[in-house]
Amino acid sequence: MKTIEQKGMYPEFPRCGKEHARTTHYCPGCGHGIVNKLVAEACAELGLQDRTIFVDPVGCGVFTYYYWDAAHVSAAHGRASAAATGISRARPDAVTIAYQGDGDLGAIGFNNAFQAASRGEKFGCIFINNSLYGMTGGQMAPTTLEGEKTTTTPFGRDPALTGHPLHVCEVFNQLQAPVYIARVSVADTKRIMQCKLAIKRLFEIQRDHKGYAFLEILAPCPTNFGMNPLKAAEFCMREMEKEFPLKTFRDETLVHDEVVQGMPVKPDVIASEYLAVKPVPQFKDCMALFGMPDGTEAPMAEDDPSVPERRFKFAGYGGQGILSLGICVAEAARLEKRHALWFPSYGPEQRGGSANCSVVYSGMPIGSPTVEHPDVLVCMNRPSYDRFVGDVKKGGVVIVDSTVGEVAPPPEGVRLIKVPAIELAEKFGVPKAANTMMLAALRKYKVTGIDDKDLETALVASFKKKPQLVDKNRDLLRRAEATFK
Amino acid sequence: MAEVDRRALPRPEIEEDSCKGCGRCAAACPRKCLRLKATMNRMGIKPVEYRGEGCIGCGICFYNCPEPYAIKVVKA
Repeated sequence: MKTIEQKGMYPEFPRCGKEHARTTHYCPGCGHGIVNKLVAEACAELGLQDRTIFVDPVGCGVFTYYYWDAAHVSAAHGRASAAATGISRARPDAVTIAYQGDGDLGAIGFNNAFQAASRGEKFGCIFINNSLYGMTGGQMAPTTLEGEKTTTTPFGRDPALTGHPLHVCEVFNQLQAPVYIARVSVADTKRIMQCKLAIKRLFEIQRDHKGYAFLEILAPCPTNFGMNPLKAAEFCMREMEKEFPLKTFRDETLVHDEVVQGMPVKPDVIASEYLAVKPVPQFKDCMALFGMPDGTEAPMAEDDPSVPERRFKFAGYGGQGILSLGICVAEAARLEKRHALWFPSYGPEQRGGSANCSVVYSGMPIGSPTVEHPDVLVCMNRPSYDRFVGDVKKGGVVIVDSTVGEVAPPPEGVRLIKVPAIELAEKFGVPKAANTMMLAALRKYKVTGIDDKDLETALVASFKKKPQLVDKNRDLLRRAEATFK
Repeated sequence: MAEVDRRALPRPEIEEDSCKGCGRCAAACPRKCLRLKATMNRMGIKPVEYRGEGCIGCGICFYNCPEPYAIKVVKA
């Protein structure tokens, strides 16, 4: 019996409690996840686990020390190559591997990495290029493609303002010292297999102390591309490879260059919209990003001591629209000229992990955005309920999705309402709209203290960028409300 | 034809609660023998499931999966 399974990783990750003991913190479809598996496997297959010291970055890859069963040192942001230099010099027998992202290596830490490469330090550097800052929410990185929309280039990267994409491999290839420089990808099976060989090569070079090795890996970031995992992988192949061709730039340790061959790029099919460069934005365009659906500015808060502070907590698993639901309620309060704060709390993962947000609104200025004891708790899954139900204030309300099943009763004096939000959303044919169903429940059971009309306006405003969904969600809101007793 | 012992055939083994439902394995499977399940796992995600036949034990699903323990392939 032969089994193809993970090697070189810890069997359990004590990262985030029992709930997440067997999962990574990466979003569904993340390129990091695939690379992490290949690195652990290569390390284990070559029998180097007891000799390997990984230098972990700051960024989405930060938690690799929970996963890879080897020694780890966490470096400050951008400084992994500098730390790896020190480690590889102090422990010349060790296999030192720096694992960095494009925000980490390409931006803040570029000089560290470049100088280490130039000196030919004896470590291997794995560079994950997903063309943006992933963990912080999808900002532009030096590697962002021309015209690519990120949160800091909402109209597409304009080279006139922010320059052209940085080709790290090509830059490093000007240096004398590195013995191995290659660019691979994990967008499809063929590329993953090439990546696997390249990672193995990187480890072999370090095992034999042959010199500095640099491996760039193109990785899809579905969350920040705003695409599903398959489209994101396609974007990686079709668009990123145009700018960053896959190639072995240098391998001075190999007779036959069979590891990675440059591959022809297929014609452009997707993502023309994603890459379209729009005219340089004006100030009013930027303000429109924060204003009302009709383009006018939202009202300013006015002090009113008669309105008490009201605290909300929304919790679920990332991707269920929990944070959007919170924004919606906060926006609705803002429409009533209340002071309102929305405060998200989530792990480094943008989808797939636990996510929650706090909303506070009040007639008077608010001291703190955090909510320890909410008046209203909204839970979309079981772990959220178990975690937060004990915190709800006496006289408060807990609204949970009915998929949680049988749960322990809430504390005394707290009202529990079960709402079939996920089920209803699926019944209506829009599974993503479970949060709209929850909003309907909040409205129906009058737990927000906010006018029905303002909640609806806030919902409409939240779909400002997707006007085709406005009527649909408004309709869903009303239909859902009609089904609640 | 002789009766086939299904336990002797290669098959994927899926750890449902570890799957994040990205669908990369299902799309990459050369025999298209994986699909997303209709029901949700404990985290509220629809995980992947094996159709029950067709697996050739190539391991492509494992390598396309970003999660270390969501899927493995057992070969006879």
